[in-house]
Amino acid sequence: MTTLTDTATAALQLLTELDPLLWSIVGRSLWVSVLATALACSLGVVLGAWLGVARFAGRDVWLTVLNTLLALPSVVVGLLIYLLLSRTGPLGHLGWLFSLKAMVLAQAVLVLPVVTALTRQCVEDAERNHGEQLQSLGAKSWLRSVLLAWDERYALLTVLIAAFGRAISEVGAVMVVGGNIEGFTRVMTTAIALETSKGDLPLALALGLVLMSVVLLLNVCISALRRWRQRIDGAGIEPVQGVLA
Amino acid sequence: MSAVLNLQGVSVQFGPHLALHGIHLQMHAGERVALVGANGSGKSTLLRVAHGLLKVSGGQASVGPEVNQAMVFQRPHMLRTTVLRFVVWGLWLQGTPWRAAHERAMQALERVGLQDMAERSARTLSGGQQQRLALARAWSLQPNFVLLDEPTSSLDPHAKREVERLLAEWVAASNVSLLFSSHNLGQVKRLATRVVYLEAGRVLADLPVDEFFNRPLADSHPEAHLFLKGELG
Repeated sequence: MTTLTDTATAALQLLTELDPLLWSIVGRSLWVSVLATALACSLGVVLGAWLGVARFAGRDVWLTVLNTLLALPSVVVGLLIYLLLSRTGPLGHLGWLFSLKAMVLAQAVLVLPVVTALTRQCVEDAERNHGEQLQSLGAKSWLRSVLLAWDERYALLTVLIAAFGRAISEVGAVMVVGGNIEGFTRVMTTAIALETSKGDLPLALALGLVLMSVVLLLNVCISALRRWRQRIDGAGIEPVQGVLA
Repeated sequence: MSAVLNLQGVSVQFGPHLALHGIHLQMHAGERVALVGANGSGKSTLLRVAHGLLKVSGGQASVGPEVNQAMVFQRPHMLRTTVLRFVVWGLWLQGTPWRAAHERAMQALERVGLQDMAERSARTLSGGQQQRLALARAWSLQPNFVLLDEPTSSLDPHAKREVERLLAEWVAASNVSLLFSSHNLGQVKRLATRVVYLEAGRVLADLPVDEFFNRPLADSHPEAHLFLKGELG
């Protein structure tokens, strides 16, 4: 109990004293995850929106593969990116291994299926509701996917926040491709793993608290977004539907 | 008179289910054709074929070369935008420049009495207002052939009368052709010039509106007779 109390006190001290080591790790984590999420979203939203509307042979197979990728373990992603970026790998000439670029790439690959699958579901539901009416106005499938993604923009913001949450909380991929190098590629999750194994529990706990706070903040953002959207759209005020003819 | 719609032996199949069986239907400019029949008789499918939303499994469906169509659905789904932009989007998708689309959209809103709600979120409108908005969007496209899938069936009596009044005004002001489905036989009497009775995807009666309601159908069209008897009590 004393250990827990002492650790918590020391962790809070690190946080309140704005320990430079701690906050440099936090900053690096946020930077890597924001970039990875932006990269994954820019590709995943387009791909997901198109998959939500397009109908082609083999679509079901692609959707099954996509849904399987949702459960992709982060260490496996790390391993694949490692193999690609290692000196003898196809992208070895880039020299990205054990760099922030490699970490961004790994997190983006990890998050891409999440963004794509959730966007696909969102746009497909919208297509079921509005698709026929947009089609009736002459919108072909590519234009419908853009319009429906725009129409579902608030839901897609939630997807973006969920993707960021997944990126910032993962440890396996960035550990493998980043190498957890102090002052260079060490981020919150890899630092927590390392400091715990070293026995520096206050720093690990302080980082854990920041990580939890980030996740909490994300949830607050999602709730605020939902409330704002309800206020704008008058959601909850169902259109008056009268007696059937 | 030129044909606005020509269906020749049209069949539509959904998996093992044949939704339309060899439909023959020709419509001429200015005609107002009501599709009646029980749920699942193929009315909505026929409307979607006529509008080009569904591909036919057999036969041929074509519209006249000068035909400009617009469709109003049973329950219009509102895009997450303002009332004005809901109409503007429709015009823009049909190739109207954005600025010109705004002017035409406002005219359309004035026509259905929604001009004061132009900046409101379309999703906050009541069911009747939403259907009037859908009519405004259809009207703004300046079609000469309008398809309506049970346009008033999900509305309360007041909203139903309002939408029907707007439709009647539209018809009176132009030579627009209408193809609409309805369960409301009073509305069919008021709006249609011709009635097509469908049952299990087949046309079993195709008569001028007066004949459909006033002529004894028991011998010539027994199924339509039974339908009318059931509906009118």
